Amino acid sequence: MAAYAPSGQSRDSLDKSITLPPDEIFRNLENAKRFAIDIGGSLTKLAYYSTLQHKVAKVRSFDHSGKRLNQSIHLTSWQDVEHEPLYEISVQEEIMARLHFIKFENAYIETCLDFIKDHLVNTETKVIKATGGGAYKFKDLIEKKLGLKVDKEDEMACLIKGCNFVLKNIPHEAFVYVRHADPEFRFQTTHPNIFPYLLVNIGSGVSIVKVETEDKFERIGGSSIGGGTFWGLGALLTKTKRFDELLQLASKGQHTSVDMLVKDIYGGAYQTLGLSGNLIASSFGKSATVEKEFSKEDMTKSLLHMISNDIGQLACLYAKQHNLHQVYFGGFFIRGHPVTMHTITYSINFFSKGEVHALFLRHEGYLGAIGAFLKGAEEDNPNQYSWGENYAGSSGLMSTSPDIFPMQRTRSGTFSFDMLEMDRLDRQLVNLPLLFDPSSYIPDTVDLTEDALAREYWLTCFEEALDGVVKRATASQPDMVDAEDRAEKFRQKYWNKLQTLRHQPFAYGSLTVRSLLDTREHCLNEFNFPDPYSKVKQKENDIALKFFQKVTQSLDALGWEARQLALVKGLLAGNVFDWGAKAVSEVLETDPAFGFEEAKKKLQERPWLVDSYCEWIERLKGSPHNCALIFVDNSGIDIILGVFPFVRELLTRGTEVILACNSGPALNDVTYNESLIVTERIAAMDPAIRFALQEDKLTLVQTGCSSPCLDLSRLDKSLATLVRERNTDLVIIEGMGRAIHTNYYAVLQCESLKLAVIKNSWLADRLGGKLFSVVFKYEMPPK
Amino acid sequence: MAQMGSARSSTAAGGAQAEEKLRRRSAGSSGTTRERLPSGPLFRARLDSLKKNRPPFPWFALDIGGTLVKLVYFEPKDITAEEEQEEVENLKSIRKYLTSNVAYGRTGIRDVHLELKDLTLCGRKGNLHFIRFPTFDLPAFIQMSRDKNFSSLHTSLCATGGGAYKFEEEFRTVGDLQLCKLDELDCLVRGVLYIDSVGFNGQSECYYLKDPTNRERFQKIPYNLENPYPLLLVNIGSGVSILAVYSEGNYKRVTGTSLGGGTFFGLCCLLTGCSTFEEALEMASRGDSTKVDKLVRDIYGGDYERFALPGYAVASSFGHMMSKEKQESVSKEDLARATLVTITNNIGSIARMCALNENINKVVFVGNFLRINTVSMKLLAYALEYWSKGQLKALFLEHEGYFGAAGALLELLKTS
Repeated sequence: MAAYAPSGQSRDSLDKSITLPPDEIFRNLENAKRFAIDIGGSLTKLAYYSTLQHKVAKVRSFDHSGKRLNQSIHLTSWQDVEHEPLYEISVQEEIMARLHFIKFENAYIETCLDFIKDHLVNTETKVIKATGGGAYKFKDLIEKKLGLKVDKEDEMACLIKGCNFVLKNIPHEAFVYVRHADPEFRFQTTHPNIFPYLLVNIGSGVSIVKVETEDKFERIGGSSIGGGTFWGLGALLTKTKRFDELLQLASKGQHTSVDMLVKDIYGGAYQTLGLSGNLIASSFGKSATVEKEFSKEDMTKSLLHMISNDIGQLACLYAKQHNLHQVYFGGFFIRGHPVTMHTITYSINFFSKGEVHALFLRHEGYLGAIGAFLKGAEEDNPNQYSWGENYAGSSGLMSTSPDIFPMQRTRSGTFSFDMLEMDRLDRQLVNLPLLFDPSSYIPDTVDLTEDALAREYWLTCFEEALDGVVKRATASQPDMVDAEDRAEKFRQKYWNKLQTLRHQPFAYGSLTVRSLLDTREHCLNEFNFPDPYSKVKQKENDIALKFFQKVTQSLDALGWEARQLALVKGLLAGNVFDWGAKAVSEVLETDPAFGFEEAKKKLQERPWLVDSYCEWIERLKGSPHNCALIFVDNSGIDIILGVFPFVRELLTRGTEVILACNSGPALNDVTYNESLIVTERIAAMDPAIRFALQEDKLTLVQTGCSSPCLDLSRLDKSLATLVRERNTDLVIIEGMGRAIHTNYYAVLQCESLKLAVIKNSWLADRLGGKLFSVVFKYEMPPK
Repeated sequence: MAQMGSARSSTAAGGAQAEEKLRRRSAGSSGTTRERLPSGPLFRARLDSLKKNRPPFPWFALDIGGTLVKLVYFEPKDITAEEEQEEVENLKSIRKYLTSNVAYGRTGIRDVHLELKDLTLCGRKGNLHFIRFPTFDLPAFIQMSRDKNFSSLHTSLCATGGGAYKFEEEFRTVGDLQLCKLDELDCLVRGVLYIDSVGFNGQSECYYLKDPTNRERFQKIPYNLENPYPLLLVNIGSGVSILAVYSEGNYKRVTGTSLGGGTFFGLCCLLTGCSTFEEALEMASRGDSTKVDKLVRDIYGGDYERFALPGYAVASSFGHMMSKEKQESVSKEDLARATLVTITNNIGSIARMCALNENINKVVFVGNFLRINTVSMKLLAYALEYWSKGQLKALFLEHEGYFGAAGALLELLKTS
């Protein structure tokens, strides 16, 4: 029924002996505004919204002629600007918005409130939204300590609001739990439309809520047999006071000595009904005797089964009545406890015969706090934005959770707290409208949580690459005295993340090459290395531009068929330049002369590893495409000498082109702002491009993301709109990150071309090829 | 009552009609074939029985459950002098033993108040007796039947319930008795329909509770189950089975729960140290569950209006018991009551959902959990009515736990 979890006595007394690590907990408190608090039976969840100064790398064109660049069409050769870099890079401060959530035991509430009071300087906030059964109990303390008025919000409404928020904004939020499987956590891709769903909240009692829209939900049922029953009856039967101790007892017990099984009655199975002999016929059916003593473990186990089965059965009955198949479970009874997740899953599978899926949430413990916060922040319209989980600032699932390890004290006497940080994204993110089936789309090609061999390889690979990244980060800020220090901190942070992921690969959802790359970007940003490759990219762009005309001229000299192959080879050769790939960065660091032509020579000869080039050529002989959407990969040679000539050919064919680049920096990937400058320079040299820009046949857009990989389910809304408007019928994805690590198996409603050079020998080996093998995958939409 | 009287002319006649009706209904379904070898001095009598398409005496059947064995025995009252003379000694002694006692051994009990008088079965008139004893005493029962040389009667012993399977071997090896095993749910459905159709000595077998929460106005009202289908049948024994019955031969088990009578009694034993079901119920009748359970008003100060939850509704069963102070302030009676309320409400809740999902509005509760258990019956009656907003009716039957055994007896009497 209600989410309220009454406290066990042992946690009631306030513990003021702890020291809070100021750098790690309650971060960005200085500018915090809008607070919300959710006080449960044993844990407090605090939420606040804060802005933070954040360094970003900005690029700006030099104005060479006193006129705007796209007008300086008289520039005919690169020699004119030889002595000057193409554009200027500056690091600027930007304000970004972040949501902070922290979970701690109620015992430390006073210490935490004191800490907040001491660090809260700039706030104008007058109220704190509060929810949870304990909100009443601590109302006076909060008001006294913080000087904020406590404004109570309905618990269930907060819970649902929070649930909608995480389901919409965190891709791998929900998972099914499979005990003893590897991995035990199987993350679900969230359907673009999350409604309707059933939420079963198991607090002291059980509430079953049907959620139909953002604002519409109904409590369709409940039960008084819930977490409080387990705790209360467990305490009576075993004299054990703490909830987690009861769970521990249960995990060691044998319920068969207490429960009457089908085989105790039948001697075996009840075959006519297909009921197995091991099924529980009567919970506690064997304890109806004064002659026998039962162990605490066995009784608790039996109790756990009884309650979990009962809840699962009711949930299935309600799911059936309302024809729902997705049931999310939450509440303190569940909260990350493998034992209860297992028993509930078992029960749901049994009673629904597999028709209903028991789903759990990574941030289940924060739902109330998130919801209460959102209630208080409605004027900021938080639901209008997309939010992203910040891997650098968030504790992973079960890594430091006080639910699982309530007394985790580090050696220094400080506590590790469970935290969640969500960044407000500049752009609203939506599905690419061309996805064939958005609900089954999975961006990542390999799930490293499932593939232990690949996981081991990639974790080691990222560990080994860390030195280089640290070096590059330091080098990218030669004028900053603290760069080295920050780079070291980055190293430590990312190294720790990698170690967490080694032990808990499921910590941030499915582990993938993408999540490893994204985590690294988040950590770099955390220590103010917004774009370690900015200078490298600048240099590369500069060099490549010098060759542009030479390349296009030699292409134009070729016959049609030869030109098509040369264009594709160019696209692939450009793609060899990827600072993300270890093999290439070594070559480039030691041999800067390694150029475009050399890259072409490195390429595998046809037939390629994956080769549908013939089909592609046949297609090109047909009518031109309406509009092509191209996801661009690297700066420099890739975009300038590979992509642009290709774009030029498409334009000549009468195909419109949408060029999509990352919104923010990631490795040496070209950013949207950089692409604007590069395009201007190319337009200045190339009439075809210039004309296309003027006529709106070539459009540059941003993807909304800052990742070396590509999640087609989270793209800038205006990109999606444009794609629809232009009747896009061809999608081109290039590069290992976007076309191999992600989207290799992505199915689209239109034709697609996925191409990449395999620049990692392990991966090449796995795919059955050699280093620099070529993937050229041209696909038609499924019928 | 008048309404009931007019529905059923007389017990015996009603019984005969019902039996006839039942026979017609089940005519299509084939009975279990049983081996009957005529031999010895009984040969003539048995042959006579067989000619008349009925099995030889004694007629009784067992339902061996997880906790209790239910025995139904038909005592013929129309024995002719000739029959009496031919009746073998041990058959006579069995009849005398069962009908002249109300208690057997240490634990066996005859529910005299349930006896069905002047029943006509297979053309014979007699009384139907209802006897129960704990399943743990079944070995003693088997031993007794061996001592009384029961096997010499060459009767078919119809048995249902899980124990029919579990103890089959023991019946055979110790008692030299071949069990005719019958499915417990088949028997249950048949038993319910039959007993309801013959009525309870001129009174209605089925009833409901009016004003279940009102101490003064509360009353048992007869209910006419003449058109029973569809029917949700909730059998609360050690565990619970829920059946949707569409006709005598057409029913399905919708679901079941392990939280049943065995759970109530088992938990009570652990929590209070009681040793009998009667004791547990007696304690429960004197206790106050609101000291143990956390109510909606304990959390919200009153009703939870947003969700239309009344303040007195239980929010968390045993929810107060995680607090040490509260634990120390409750009595064993309070704990027994809370256990009873928890189990009962849960069964009511599951039954209600099943009725809703199966689109059935009549819910009949049977099983020995309800024996002498007015608290649970009132709770079920109230809960079903309240949560369904008057759409569902909780019905009860006088012979609570004996329908399985009664159904097994009918199977015995089916012509082969």
